[in-house]
Amino acid sequence: MSGRARTRVSEADLRRLRWRCRRGMLENDLVLERFLDRHAATLDAEGLALLNALLELGDNELWDVLSGRRECADARLGPMVRMLREA
Amino acid sequence: MALPIRTFDAVVVGAGGAGLRAALQLAEAGLRVAVLSKVFPTRSHTVAAQGGIGAALGNMGEDSWLWHMYDTVKGSDWLGDQDAIEYVCREAPRVVIELEHFGMPFDRNDDGTVYQRPFGGHMQNMGAGPAVQRSCCAADRTGHALLHTLYQRNVRANTQFFVEWMALDLVRDASGQVLGVTALEMETGEVYVLHARATLFATGGAGRIFASTTNAFINTGDGLGMAARAGIPLEDMEFWQFHPTGVAGAGVLITEGVRGEGGMLLNSTGERFMERYAPNAKDLASRDVVSRAMATEIKEGRGCGPNRDYVLLKLDHLGPEVIEKRLPGIREIAKKFANVDPVRDPIPVVPTVHYMMGGIPTNYRGEVVAPRGGDPNAVVPGFYAAGECGCASVHGANRLGTNSLTDLVVIGKAAGDSVIRFLAENPGRKDLPADAAEPTLARLARLDGQKNGESVHAVAEELRRTMQAHCGVFRFPDLLAEGVRRVRELVQRVARTEVKDKSRVFNTARVEALELDNLIEVARATMVSAEARKESRGAHDRADCHDRPGFPNGRDDANWLKHTLWYHDGDRLDYKPVNLKPLTAESIAPKARTY
Repeated sequence: MSGRARTRVSEADLRRLRWRCRRGMLENDLVLERFLDRHAATLDAEGLALLNALLELGDNELWDVLSGRRECADARLGPMVRMLREA
Repeated sequence: MALPIRTFDAVVVGAGGAGLRAALQLAEAGLRVAVLSKVFPTRSHTVAAQGGIGAALGNMGEDSWLWHMYDTVKGSDWLGDQDAIEYVCREAPRVVIELEHFGMPFDRNDDGTVYQRPFGGHMQNMGAGPAVQRSCCAADRTGHALLHTLYQRNVRANTQFFVEWMALDLVRDASGQVLGVTALEMETGEVYVLHARATLFATGGAGRIFASTTNAFINTGDGLGMAARAGIPLEDMEFWQFHPTGVAGAGVLITEGVRGEGGMLLNSTGERFMERYAPNAKDLASRDVVSRAMATEIKEGRGCGPNRDYVLLKLDHLGPEVIEKRLPGIREIAKKFANVDPVRDPIPVVPTVHYMMGGIPTNYRGEVVAPRGGDPNAVVPGFYAAGECGCASVHGANRLGTNSLTDLVVIGKAAGDSVIRFLAENPGRKDLPADAAEPTLARLARLDGQKNGESVHAVAEELRRTMQAHCGVFRFPDLLAEGVRRVRELVQRVARTEVKDKSRVFNTARVEALELDNLIEVARATMVSAEARKESRGAHDRADCHDRPGFPNGRDDANWLKHTLWYHDGDRLDYKPVNLKPLTAESIAPKARTY
């Protein structure tokens, strides 16, 4: 995601991520599924950490951010939010 | 092969509103409770509930639980059991105030009381009106607030959570008593027997059997599948609530406000077809009229797209300013989920499933019941169900808005109390039968050993398409009959799915295969029950059963004022009477349901 050396994500971490993208709200499920289909294969450790941080949000907050109704309070997550919105 | 065993007083499967409310009751009584959830509790689908909790608090004007009861019975098109409806409506104010005391952040009036919002179908004076404000809410995040409040409270009461665990099968002994579940720990792929003195299902809905649903991916009817495989019937599965306009292929709702602002529905010839079905109201006709017209256009080959399975919602003529200003969020939703910009292009829409009225049969105490020895409602010892997966039956043939959360908390709590009573009366623990894990092990062995099988994804997609096309919002006898044939074919295909990925840790593909075993049970129950019910009632709307003298809206009380019971074995159907006798109130006699 940045200029730093990319660290590979373990198969187990990717699998855990894939399950944790199952959410309480359909809208989030759909956006996250599309993101994984497109980007899971190239996700690095930093990207994974950012996505996991975003997934800590509640479903309503997450959808507010993904739909662009609200910006994420944590600016570090900006690049990941942009990728999700474009997915 | 023997599986590791863990023992508890009670196992609760599902950690949405109903599961958490029940678990709280149990943990506060000092019992050892395990709550299993596929996802973290506050990510349960209850989080998507916006409408509020219906309860006759009377904070906004005069109200009475009797009036709430009348509205619920009428909403149910008289298929709801009046003892359960009385219980839920009478208890609702108490349970809401209890939630308030738990710290749930309800909206408030200036005098500090809980604010209540208006909602369709809620009236004063036994349906006569005027409308009453009865919905207790926390902004548009009532479900979220409810989950967080109950989760925190459970943590305080030492409820033990098993997060990212999926229950696989119900364990019953030879007498029929329920003794727990088998369950998969996703992190390790290990399977356990959870041996419990009481087992409570709160697994939510199963909207994922339809191609177009607002339900999240987790809503696969796991509790219904497990119950059906264990010989418990499923009740009133033909009744599903639809919303007319969800984005085709996604299920995300397009608010009815779009038609209110002048949006119009078009078929494949570009015709504004609502002019034919409702010459005056046109696109603003009631939900059922609009849904029926859309389904008819699709059935008659005037749907759009490669499969001719949706219609178009046009709003470009409103202009970008109106769309942005009066319909905030719609443009984003259309772009994101339909890949169209409604400022230029119409949105593909289709009637979309929202809520399942049927489920595992229970009484108003949340005890699971099934026919035995001439009693249609004999209690199944040790087994309880609450929330959307249960059928008490509070919602009958159609749910009144705001009553889903009311049902969750009232029956959730009642089921918890029933477990406490049962455990006090039945001390000690029955032994597990020697073959307790057999059905699960056989299922897993079949799945893990399958060669040259079909993909889970392909079979699940075909299942969803079949349900949507043959058992949608408006039902045609020929399509239903063909649907029964197709769904039975799908049973064969589900039995030979293959998962290529054999790894153990968080194997989502394997979980999806196990979920499909549950979806197929729900789909069969729905299709077979719907084909058999030769009337229109509530959400079950048949093209061959119209409004005519003696049959209000196509309803046939002489023959069909009864609950359906579907059994897994042989697709057998049975029926049981509707309870028209409330606990203390006077019976509300059936009449035409008009709004």
